[in-house]
Amino acid sequence: MKTVDARGLSCPEPVVLTRKALQSKENAYQILVDSETCKENVTRFARSQGYNVKVTVKDDDIILDLSK
Amino acid sequence: MGYDTSDDASVYKVTDDTAVINTTDFFPPIVDDPYMYGQIAAANSISDVYAMGGVPKLALNVMCIAKVMDKAVIKEILRGGYDKAAEAGVIITGGHTINGAEPIYGLAVTGFVHPDRILSNSAAKPGDCLILTKRLGSGILTTAHKADESLVSARLMYRVYRQMATLNKYAAEVMYKYHVSSCTDITGFGLIGHCYEMAEGSRTSIHIKASAVPVYAEALEMASYGLVPEGAYRNRKYTEGKVKVYEGLDLSLEDVFYDPQTSGGLLISLPESEAKRCLAEMIAEGVDAAMIGFVTEGDDYAIYIDK
Repeated sequence: MKTVDARGLSCPEPVVLTRKALQSKENAYQILVDSETCKENVTRFARSQGYNVKVTVKDDDIILDLSK
Repeated sequence: MGYDTSDDASVYKVTDDTAVINTTDFFPPIVDDPYMYGQIAAANSISDVYAMGGVPKLALNVMCIAKVMDKAVIKEILRGGYDKAAEAGVIITGGHTINGAEPIYGLAVTGFVHPDRILSNSAAKPGDCLILTKRLGSGILTTAHKADESLVSARLMYRVYRQMATLNKYAAEVMYKYHVSSCTDITGFGLIGHCYEMAEGSRTSIHIKASAVPVYAEALEMASYGLVPEGAYRNRKYTEGKVKVYEGLDLSLEDVFYDPQTSGGLLISLPESEAKRCLAEMIAEGVDAAMIGFVTEGDDYAIYIDK
């Protein structure tokens, strides 16, 4: 599964990276972010591309599991 | 205006028929074209005077020059500021410039108002209607454009910048002919944030008709792509628990309602009996205005977003 580590980046960069990664059109991705704003924005983007998003919070990191 | 409500400008009564309004605002560049940036920064700085019911007259440049800026760029920014000020009938009489890491530009503006005609953002009355004078979504579109220039057409961005650079003068000049109870300009707190301040300050509730609010359609699309600026989430958090939205409201439209605006329009609260005439006159003057809601007695929520 492809992972995008967007921790430490501020918006809109995590969305830009996720958008690039999703061009490979796989069924599952994992995106790591560390802010509420990025979580919301990446979730919005993933949903617009037809993915379901599962959110897990681990310490300071937010893990977004994208699946089709 | 006192410190308890949240107006941005200060007003000082000099004589029985004259009060002075002072206000300033400045920000780093939001557009590559320095002339456009100067115009937007000036229009934004001057806007507060209109929101307070006044007429702007004098201004000082406030500028920070970064090492990367060459002389031609600085000149263009200042030319933008001067031209916009002139359009507003404002004379720039001087100013102050410092050197720093990031460019900044804006104006410190002085205006005048009759003490009985001062408008505050906390005097909306039950029974009033609300008029908004600029389209929403500029923050989201600017963010999207920054993320990837191919996402938003140059043509649309130009429209957005043009709107930011549009003086609230034209809306204000119409507004001054009516018995306006309250006014504010839509800036960093977004539509809902500023409505919230108005509702709280005047102990009323505000109803917004979602479908009546003018928004850039492309901003809705960009919001659904997650290109929502951080400020919009801050605004959402700031008004958490104060806003009641109807079930089924599109999340993207909601995002646009929280979207921070640069040099946004006026939000005007005035009696229902005058609202339609005022709106028609604004539209005739070329203002992109719309009736977006109404004011009631204070209810459970400060803001209701209706279908």
